[in-house]
Amino acid sequence: MQRISCIFWLGLKEMMSLRRDWVMMALLAWSFTLAPVMEATGVATSVNNASIAFADEDNSPLSRTLAAAFFPPEFQPVVQIEPGTGAARMDAGHFLFVVAVPPGFEKGVRAGRVPEIQVLIDATAMEQAGIGANYITSILSTEIRRFAIGADLAAPQTLEIIIRSAFNPNRDTVRFAGINALIGQIMWLTTILTGAAMIREREHGTIEHLLAMPLSPFDIAVAKIWANAAVVLIAAALSLAFVMQGVLDISIAGSKALFLCGTALFLFTATALGVFLATVARSMAQFALLVMLTILPMLMLSGGETPVESQPDWLQAATVILPSRHYMAASQAIVFKGAGVETVWPEFLWMALLGAALLATSLMLFRRSVAHDS
Amino acid sequence: MRAATGIPGIHVAEVTHRYRKHIALDAISLDLPAGQLVGIIGPDGVGKSTLLGLITGAKKLQAGTLDVLGGPIGDPAHRRRICPAIAFMPQGLGRNLYPELSVRENLEFFSRLFGQGEAERETRIAALLTATGLAPFANRLMGKLSGGMKQKLGLCCALIHDPKLLVLDEPTTGVDPLSRRQFWALISAIREQSPGLSVLVSTAYMEEAQSFDWIVAMDAGRVLFQGPPEGLRGGAEDLESAYRQLRAQGKPTLVQDQTQAKHGGGEPVITARGLTRRFGDFTAVDHVDFSIARGEIFGFLGSNGCGKSTTMKMLTGLLPISSGEAQLFGKPVDARNRAMRRETGYMSQAFSLYGELTMHQNLQLHARIFGIKDREARVAELTQRFGLTAHSTSLASSLPLGIKQRLSLAVAMIHHPRVLILDEPTSGVDPEARDMFWALLLELSRNEGVTIFVSTHFMGEAERCDRVSFMHAGKVLAEGTPQELMASQAADTLEQAFVSILRAAAPPAPVSAPKTAVQAEAATSGGGLTRAQAYARRETIEVLRDPVRLAFAFLGSVILMLVFCFGISLDIDELDYAALDLSQSPESRAYLAEISGSRYFRPTPPLASAAEGRSRLVSGEVSLVIELPPGFGQKLRADEPAEVLAIVDGAIPFKGETVEGYAAGLHQTFLDAQAAFRTTRPAEIARIEPRFRYNQSFESIAAMAPAMPAILLIMLPAVLMAVSVAREKELGSVTNFYVTPTTRLEFLIGKQIPYIVIAYANFLLLAAMTVAVFGVPLKGDPLPLALGALLYVWAATSYGLLIATMTSSQVAATFTTAIASVVPTIQFSGLLQPVSTLEGSAQTIGSLWPSSYFLHLNVGAFTKGLGWEALMPDILALACFGPVFTLLAVLALRAQEK
Repeated sequence: MQRISCIFWLGLKEMMSLRRDWVMMALLAWSFTLAPVMEATGVATSVNNASIAFADEDNSPLSRTLAAAFFPPEFQPVVQIEPGTGAARMDAGHFLFVVAVPPGFEKGVRAGRVPEIQVLIDATAMEQAGIGANYITSILSTEIRRFAIGADLAAPQTLEIIIRSAFNPNRDTVRFAGINALIGQIMWLTTILTGAAMIREREHGTIEHLLAMPLSPFDIAVAKIWANAAVVLIAAALSLAFVMQGVLDISIAGSKALFLCGTALFLFTATALGVFLATVARSMAQFALLVMLTILPMLMLSGGETPVESQPDWLQAATVILPSRHYMAASQAIVFKGAGVETVWPEFLWMALLGAALLATSLMLFRRSVAHDS
Repeated sequence: MRAATGIPGIHVAEVTHRYRKHIALDAISLDLPAGQLVGIIGPDGVGKSTLLGLITGAKKLQAGTLDVLGGPIGDPAHRRRICPAIAFMPQGLGRNLYPELSVRENLEFFSRLFGQGEAERETRIAALLTATGLAPFANRLMGKLSGGMKQKLGLCCALIHDPKLLVLDEPTTGVDPLSRRQFWALISAIREQSPGLSVLVSTAYMEEAQSFDWIVAMDAGRVLFQGPPEGLRGGAEDLESAYRQLRAQGKPTLVQDQTQAKHGGGEPVITARGLTRRFGDFTAVDHVDFSIARGEIFGFLGSNGCGKSTTMKMLTGLLPISSGEAQLFGKPVDARNRAMRRETGYMSQAFSLYGELTMHQNLQLHARIFGIKDREARVAELTQRFGLTAHSTSLASSLPLGIKQRLSLAVAMIHHPRVLILDEPTSGVDPEARDMFWALLLELSRNEGVTIFVSTHFMGEAERCDRVSFMHAGKVLAEGTPQELMASQAADTLEQAFVSILRAAAPPAPVSAPKTAVQAEAATSGGGLTRAQAYARRETIEVLRDPVRLAFAFLGSVILMLVFCFGISLDIDELDYAALDLSQSPESRAYLAEISGSRYFRPTPPLASAAEGRSRLVSGEVSLVIELPPGFGQKLRADEPAEVLAIVDGAIPFKGETVEGYAAGLHQTFLDAQAAFRTTRPAEIARIEPRFRYNQSFESIAAMAPAMPAILLIMLPAVLMAVSVAREKELGSVTNFYVTPTTRLEFLIGKQIPYIVIAYANFLLLAAMTVAVFGVPLKGDPLPLALGALLYVWAATSYGLLIATMTSSQVAATFTTAIASVVPTIQFSGLLQPVSTLEGSAQTIGSLWPSSYFLHLNVGAFTKGLGWEALMPDILALACFGPVFTLLAVLALRAQEK
């Protein structure tokens, strides 16, 4: 009982200290307000404002119609370039797409000679090239058909495909980027807050002071873990309500409470990681370097940046042990697809198991480091 | 004032210095004679260091006038002129030295800063090392030296350039008395040899000031007294009481309680037998024995690093014992024994309470941890008894040192411990606060029978203990009551007793004035270049000896390159899909076979209902659900309109859109196949031929692997660079830049060179990985790539310099640089969105950021196969960033401390 009370009061002390640490408070405020907003609205992942040029050797009404068929927001206005310069301009990075219309194209269409339009695509722009090529092909063929037959589709296709985008009918990127950014901030901040609190305690010598009292390393670490996890959880909940739903107008398909439950589970892992790194690092500066080397890969491989399915198989097998991957998967299922506990429980279980393992390891290491330290 | 030597002295007039709201110096005026040994005395925090910092030009003068060596130090031209004539050894032993460098390397570095030639350097270093007895340790790392040796090395580094004014800030604090005597002997030998030398020294040991020529006594930013020591001493018995009287101005001082301790008899409370602690091959505490009785005040006297704190930590259970035993209340010390910890109170060396909590909160927190029953009453009692009432709601960090120490004692006392272990509780406190503190200790010992184990390096405090133990280099040299110890050595004071015991135990190397009468060679040409080289050489040694930074420099890029390239892949294939086939006809099976046969999709067990499809999408088992309506086959055969429904998991937008594209494409393929078979479809009008350039197979690695170095080669070098500059600021060695003739450009460029080399090695490493590990061939010309990369890492390190000039701590430097280099690179350089697709302002930012050009260069050379002509614009643009960032950093770097 006395022990629990100690852990509780030490945790409250942690929060009081944090309140007076304006650098951390500023970081906290920035991470849960402006940072995710900027990230969500800043980068559009699909084809957006793509640069396109026409090398038009036909200069016919048809080719001009084709050039006029590309509109914002997907495409920038078409730029006409000298025929033959397309490759060089693409080399210089001026255009992602260059459409080359051969001489006599319109005549060829009228005569039914099935002429060929070439579309040059900068295939080093991975995010835009594939989808953009599909867009361009479909825009061009629709326009050519309209010109040739005089209507959109004179003879309707007998077999149509209707494609529905489930969970995201408007193909909105803000929601994905916003939630993703929030999850990223949760990971960064929790680890940094906990680890920095730990190292500060060591650098200021207060940890020895605590250890000379009837407290165990376990009590000290647990106090830090619950306090910092609570702070981040509250900040995340506020950010979800006021920034995600309020400012970014993001709709959350599933239960917010379930999302926060998953977050709480994940926080134990992230705080444990903070304790772990703080134990390994000898100074705040080393900690800062270590954080960058661990959190960045954890975030990159979590499935938030690019789908987990795209990773090589051996890597997919390895990233199963990343709690961030399970957190990301559970969060995406809850927030985007409205999944319930019956769907996400395996991810929750993974997080709980991995978190417990990491926490146990870091507590053990921490106790050892205290013994060998100073 | 001009001294007989004809060297101008130091004139201080109305100098005021503030740190934010705190006034460190309050309109002080002083006239210090030249060619003499001038001492500034006073406890910590009265403004001594600030004054010395201003005199040496390390700190920027805020208000008032200050003339040093015949001109105003506030005038940059004068400062530059006299810089080589001043030597400054800042407070904190070896704070301006480099722990990763050996003794000799430290001296060589300072020698190079003053442009000394090879021959001169060798002569001087040899002379200094011999004179100070450091010669046998020339190759030892500075970080591994003892306090006394650090102090000597600091002095050597200060003397290497024959200064006219030697400024030493608390050179002897925490050093054992024998080393202190040697130090003063050395100083006087040096003064004899160079009569024109002015020495300005500050100290917290009042007794040292007896031998100074001139004394300035300071308190709270003001000068209490200046003049020869006899003038200050007046009728008082020693300088300390004179100072105290001056400061207290009539306030009564506490009279020491001379009651003898009522110990003797009964079991000893603390005992140590053969107590030993080893760290690796270093023995910090070597077979220490003592036994302390109940109610006794037992003093541990010794220099910094002699093993006092280690012994105390073993007694509190903070450190495991290597061998021997320690007992409290007759039981062995056990770190897990909570009951034992309830009986002891511990006060560690530095103030170690929570500065961000108020005094009251600190007391409350500790009362709660100990589970004290009537908490409020106990806190109130201690607050009152320790005279803390007035400060109850102040933040602990804002309290004066003396009050902090009383608070620490109150906290250590809160649970009525029977034993108090106090590690240097009063270092740096003014005499009055120290008296008050000792009065409290006496009361606890005499009236409450609390056993007190206290360590100190002040002789005056040791005299107040019941028994004293002299400790040196991990061993107890002597033990007994102060009277016994003095009697045994036939000494008048405890200090003399300690010195003679030390001399017997460890005869010191003799010291003499260094014979540095070397003719300075005609100022070596290219002094600036030499200084920059000195910095570069030193930085290289430091990085090579710091495993964490070295690992970060090389492993960091390799690990991140692997993670990014394997982890960030936009190749989407082999996705799971499920079908709801309500038609079950040959046509529907053919349609599904088309999908299953592609490399994009893998079939999963068929669906029984539309609802099941939905739930499989939710759980993420499948990314695509195809629904074929009833009668699909018949309608297709009869050429009647039919519809296929494809439901795509659109939760991740990029993936969703890609899957949509695949579905539409496969649908088209199916139609084409049908048309070819039945020739009923309308004929093709025109062909649209997409040509994927540079990367025909459209594999993401071919784009990703050459793109990643753009981000890694700016982030890692910039962070390393920034940390290296911030580290100097944080550890204090930046003072060497403030007080030596080093210019800002020399300092920055010198530090930058090793990091450019490291970063370039990283570039080569990443390029090799791109080819060998990721199989992306270098199609273009390697030469423009190599040149552009050099310019890029120059720009990256310069950017790190720029940010470091604006941050003061290593942590701030790391995170700020990381964010400030990664964000623009990801957002604006075309890493995710090609520069040509960025909108207005974003494109402008992108064009002002070096990564945009390097990204184009690296991807161009690797994947696009470009050569000189196409890459020239990038190279020209990259060439601008290094100089511009460096210039900005030079402008932003302060040449003096605030």
